[in-house]
Amino acid sequence: MTRYLPPIVLVLLALAPLWLKDPYLLNALITGGIFTIGAISLNLLLGYTGQLSLGHIAFFGIGAYASALTTLGFDVGLFGDIRIVHAGWHPFAGLLVAILVSGACGYVVGRLSFRVRGAYFVIVTICFAEVVRLVALNWIELTQGPLALTSIPQMKIGFPGLGEMTLRTKAQNYYLMLAVATLAYVVVARLVGSRFGRAMRGLKENEQLAMSVGVNATRTLTVAAAISAAIAGAAGSLYAHYFRIIDPDVFLFAYTVTMVIMVVSGGKGALAGPVIGGLIFGTLPVALRPYMAPEAQWIVYGAVLIAILFVMPRGIAPYLDDWFAGRAAARSSAPVAKPQLEGQS
Amino acid sequence: MSAVADAPILSVDHVGVRFGGLVAISDLHFDVREGEILSLIGPNGAGKTTAFNVVTGFLKPTQGEVRFRGANLAGLSPNRINRLGLARTFQRTSVFPNDTVTDNVLIGLHREDAGASLLDAIFNLPRERAGEVARREKARGLIDWVGLSSRANERAGSLSYGEQRLVGVALALATEPTMLLLDEPVSGMNASETQNFMRLIRSVRDRGVTILLVEHDMPMVMAVSDRIVALNHGKLIADGTPDQIRADPAVIEAYLGKSAAAREAGREAAHA
Repeated sequence: MTRYLPPIVLVLLALAPLWLKDPYLLNALITGGIFTIGAISLNLLLGYTGQLSLGHIAFFGIGAYASALTTLGFDVGLFGDIRIVHAGWHPFAGLLVAILVSGACGYVVGRLSFRVRGAYFVIVTICFAEVVRLVALNWIELTQGPLALTSIPQMKIGFPGLGEMTLRTKAQNYYLMLAVATLAYVVVARLVGSRFGRAMRGLKENEQLAMSVGVNATRTLTVAAAISAAIAGAAGSLYAHYFRIIDPDVFLFAYTVTMVIMVVSGGKGALAGPVIGGLIFGTLPVALRPYMAPEAQWIVYGAVLIAILFVMPRGIAPYLDDWFAGRAAARSSAPVAKPQLEGQS
Repeated sequence: MSAVADAPILSVDHVGVRFGGLVAISDLHFDVREGEILSLIGPNGAGKTTAFNVVTGFLKPTQGEVRFRGANLAGLSPNRINRLGLARTFQRTSVFPNDTVTDNVLIGLHREDAGASLLDAIFNLPRERAGEVARREKARGLIDWVGLSSRANERAGSLSYGEQRLVGVALALATEPTMLLLDEPVSGMNASETQNFMRLIRSVRDRGVTILLVEHDMPMVMAVSDRIVALNHGKLIADGTPDQIRADPAVIEAYLGKSAAAREAGREAAHA
């Protein structure tokens, strides 16, 4: 039954633009969806290896800047007379560069920081995000600093035999977001279901035991970080070409928190977790807007998050899983359900 | 005995371990021969588990070295040492508690790649699927071997301690070791479970895996071992067959105290 759920949800989401004509709502879905892709990537690290990256927005932002700069082109001086001049490329090349650059950053950060675990790793990742933000703010020749990179071209996608399409409308951007989100979901699902995913789960549950059966902890975590960062970079690229303007505020800690909330409320370590969390916290601002000021909305987010975690400490998806499993078990063993209680009396 | 049978597969060469001023192992020296079941015994705190942790790379010795099939293990990480063919079980946490028994063994089989890479996994290519079929087949065989077929789909954390130890052994065997280190495998097992476990140890050895055992259950150690090494206060005090160890005054003294050793000697004399 649950096997058919992801395709059904995908079809429902794909139908959304057909009846949802309000551009404001569609915009909210696209923005929420882009951050949900970030949350899917974060879930790979947090949910399956147990490592909390509180600097995850750095990979998202690096992807955004890499994609924007690849597309816009740049002309920067390095040491002395050496200058790097780059003429703008196709936006789709920007997306690919974003994936590669973010993935490489994830690899390097993982390589350097997985000597430490737990709280130390969390601190290293926060520092990394802050350093990248400061670079984006101060390397004005490259990034325009606080003046922002503007007029980023819209994403263009070429279809074999159909020619090239520039994604101008919200609906087109929505489908691009949905396609990338689906890809990210499938990649993560395949990965955690494979022997690499088993090595990750082993490390999360019992690192010593995993190492004793030959799991290379540093390598496994580093590969997970690189793939996670690459997916976050793809999300950043979508962000840059959709909003067409990015400034160093894209590296704000609050965005990492948004992704963490999506993962934790939906259920970390569950494939559906970040999707459910993303749908809730992506659409909540829209649902609340007619009723209260933005300041009051933050209070409601907090309340909703606390309520979810109070009732379902492991998140929504694992809670629903248990609930369905419990009902299935109750149905199959209904006549002999009693004996379980006898031990307690 | 031929020279080949005598060749040491593992040499613990004058190893010492100090934690600050505390001496866990002062000077440990013994060989394990290929194909034998060797037990390491000694009272609590004698340094047995420390010795295990040194051999498997979880602890660095402050002096001496460990050689496995001729290779010096100094500075190798636990996962590298496992890949050389040296597997171990743990005293307490021997399983991944939240996974099923099958998934536990599959984690141990994560290196059985059948030539499939990370990309094969992401695109779910035929090579990856073939590898998965082979891994599941192997896992079934291993679970069958340790006698847990009826528990294959249960959460490992929900099994009894004895059964969890068996999962730990299956997990270690999944890495296809040439030598297996067992850290107090039968503690907490009842008599019939212990009997079964002894049969399992022998069948593992019969498939060519050398075994180093740390255990407190003396009847079990005496019955299953080819040779025994006794440790006290981080030092070797005796090395011999079960019969030699049973009669060794230093061993009796270590376990029961000086006067008991004297009494035992007197009783032996009376019997003779």
